[in-house]
Amino acid sequence: MRRLGTVAKVVVLGAWLLITLFPLYWIVVTSLKPKPEIFSVPLRYWPANVTFEHYAELFEFADFGTYLLNSLLVSLVAAAVVTAVGVLGGYTLARFAFPGRGALMLAFLVTQMIPLFIALGPLYLLMSDLDLLNRLAGLMLVYVAMLVPFSTIIMRGFYERVPVALEEAAQVDGASRLAAMVRVVIPVMLPGIAATFIFAFVQCWNELFLAITFIDSEDSKTIPVAMNSFITQYDIDWGSMAAATVVSVVPTLVLFAAIRRYIVEGLTAGAVKG
Amino acid sequence: MRTFTVRRARFIALCLLPGVVFVVLFTYYPMVRGAVIAFQRYNLFDLTSTPFTGLENFRAVLAEDRFWTALRNTGTWVAVSLFFQFFLGFGLALLLRRHFRGRGLYQAWVFFPWAMSGFLIGLLWRWMFNGQFGVVNDLLLKAGLIEERIGFLASPGWAMTSVIVANIWYGVTFFAIMIMAALQSVPGELYEAAAVDGASRLRRFWHVTLPHIRPTLALIVLLRIIWILNFPDLIYAMTGGGPAGSTDIITTFLIQQVIGGDYGRAGAVGLLILALLLAFSIFYLNATRFEKAR
Repeated sequence: MRRLGTVAKVVVLGAWLLITLFPLYWIVVTSLKPKPEIFSVPLRYWPANVTFEHYAELFEFADFGTYLLNSLLVSLVAAAVVTAVGVLGGYTLARFAFPGRGALMLAFLVTQMIPLFIALGPLYLLMSDLDLLNRLAGLMLVYVAMLVPFSTIIMRGFYERVPVALEEAAQVDGASRLAAMVRVVIPVMLPGIAATFIFAFVQCWNELFLAITFIDSEDSKTIPVAMNSFITQYDIDWGSMAAATVVSVVPTLVLFAAIRRYIVEGLTAGAVKG
Repeated sequence: MRTFTVRRARFIALCLLPGVVFVVLFTYYPMVRGAVIAFQRYNLFDLTSTPFTGLENFRAVLAEDRFWTALRNTGTWVAVSLFFQFFLGFGLALLLRRHFRGRGLYQAWVFFPWAMSGFLIGLLWRWMFNGQFGVVNDLLLKAGLIEERIGFLASPGWAMTSVIVANIWYGVTFFAIMIMAALQSVPGELYEAAAVDGASRLRRFWHVTLPHIRPTLALIVLLRIIWILNFPDLIYAMTGGGPAGSTDIITTFLIQQVIGGDYGRAGAVGLLILALLLAFSIFYLNATRFEKAR
C-alpha cells in the first residue's frame, strides 16, 4: 500500500516535470532545425540536421545585437537604481516609526495591485512632454517607478530580520547612522540585495507593453519590442522566433536559478504573514 | 536615546525621497491624469481640442458589443484558470510537502516558467498550438484522440481553451509553492495532538490543516484573481484577442484602445477595471471573513 503510494507520487511528479519542461525543449529543438524541417509533417522530435542558421540570421539581418545591448543597458541601470532606492527607503520603513509610514506602505502596496498599463496612455503623453519617447532613459525611469515599491517593501522585510542591536553597537562605537548602515547592516543583507537586483533585472528584461508604447525606432528597441515586430508581419518566421526566444530566456533562466530560494521565500513570507 | 529629532526627520526624508518622487511622478500622476482623461474627448491623432464630455466615453464603451464579450470572457478566463491552477497546485503541494531526496532540484526545474514573461510564454504556446505544424496536434493525432488537426487558435470555439491551457501551465507551480509554504506553517504539535486522539489522516487534513491554512489560501486566491485578470501579456502574444474577439479579456480590450490612440476611452476602461477590482475585493474579503467567523 505504502509502496504503491510512493510509486504514484513519483509518476505524478515526473509527469508534471515533463509537462513543464517540454515546451522549453520544443522551442530549443525548433530553433535548431533547418526551415524545411520546421515546416514539414510528420514532425521530428529530434532534429535530423542541427543548424545554427536562425541564430546567425538574428544577428545578421535583425540587428539582434543592438536589441540585446539595449535590453542589457536598460535592465542593468534600472535594476541598480531600483535596488539602491529600495535599500534606502526600506531602511527607514523598517527602523523608524514616523507619521505617514502606514500611508506610504499602503500607497506602495496599491501600485502592486494595479498594473501600470492602466495608465499607458497618460504615461505616453508624459514621456512625450518630457521628450523621452524613443529613448532608453525614458524606459529606465518608468521601469524604476514600476519596481521601486516592490524593492522597498522587500528590503524592509530583510532589514527587519537584522537585529537592531547590531547597528546600535556600531553607533556606540562612534559610527554615524549611515556608516553603521553601510558597514554593518548591508553586508549581512547582501544575498537579499542581490536577489532584489536580479528580480528587478528580469522584470525589466521581460517588460513588453510600456516598451512597445514608448519605443519605435530601430536604434532603441529592446528585445521584447523587436520580437513583437516579428509578429506583426503576416507570417511568423518560427525559426527566428524560436531562436530569439531562446536567446532572451537563457540569461533570465540562469539568474532566476541563482535566486530561486529568495524568490520563493519572499513570495511566501509575504503571503503567509498576511 | 535618539534625541536629534530634526536630524532624524531629515535623514528619513532623504532616504524616502527618491522612491516617493519616482512613484508619484511615473505612477500616481499618470493614473490621476488617466482618470481625468476618461471624461474628455482625447484622441492621440486629433489633439487640437480635448473638451470635457462627461460620461460620453463610458457610454461609448458600454455600448460596444466587444466590451461585453471581453467582460464575459474575463469571467471565464479568470474562473477556469484559477480553478485548475488551484487544485493542481494544491495536489502538487501535498506531494512536495514532505522532504525527499532531490526535492530542491525538482522545485528548481518546475519553477522555470517564472523566469519567462507572459509574452514569451504566449509565443511558445502559439507555436505549439499551431494548426498545421503544432506539436499539440501531432501528439493528439498520435495518441488517437483526434482524427484531424484542429485550428486551435484560428477557431473561436477553441481559442479560449487554448489560452487557458497555457495560463494553467504557467500558474500551477506558483500555487504549489505558495500552498506548500502555507502547509509548512501548520505547527507540528497540532498533528501530534490529533494523532493522539486517534484521528485518521483524512480527518487530520480536514480538521487541522485546512482550518489553519484557510486565511492564507483566501489571500493567495484573491491575489491570483487580481493577477490573472491583469495578465493580458499571454493572450496578446497568442491570439491578440482574436479570432473575432473570442479571447479578448478586459485588459486586452484596454490595450487595443491605447494602440488605437483613443486615450479617452482607454481611460474609461481603466476606471471600469479599477471599479471592478475594488468591488470584487470588498465583496471577496467580506465573504471570506464571514467564512472565518463561522
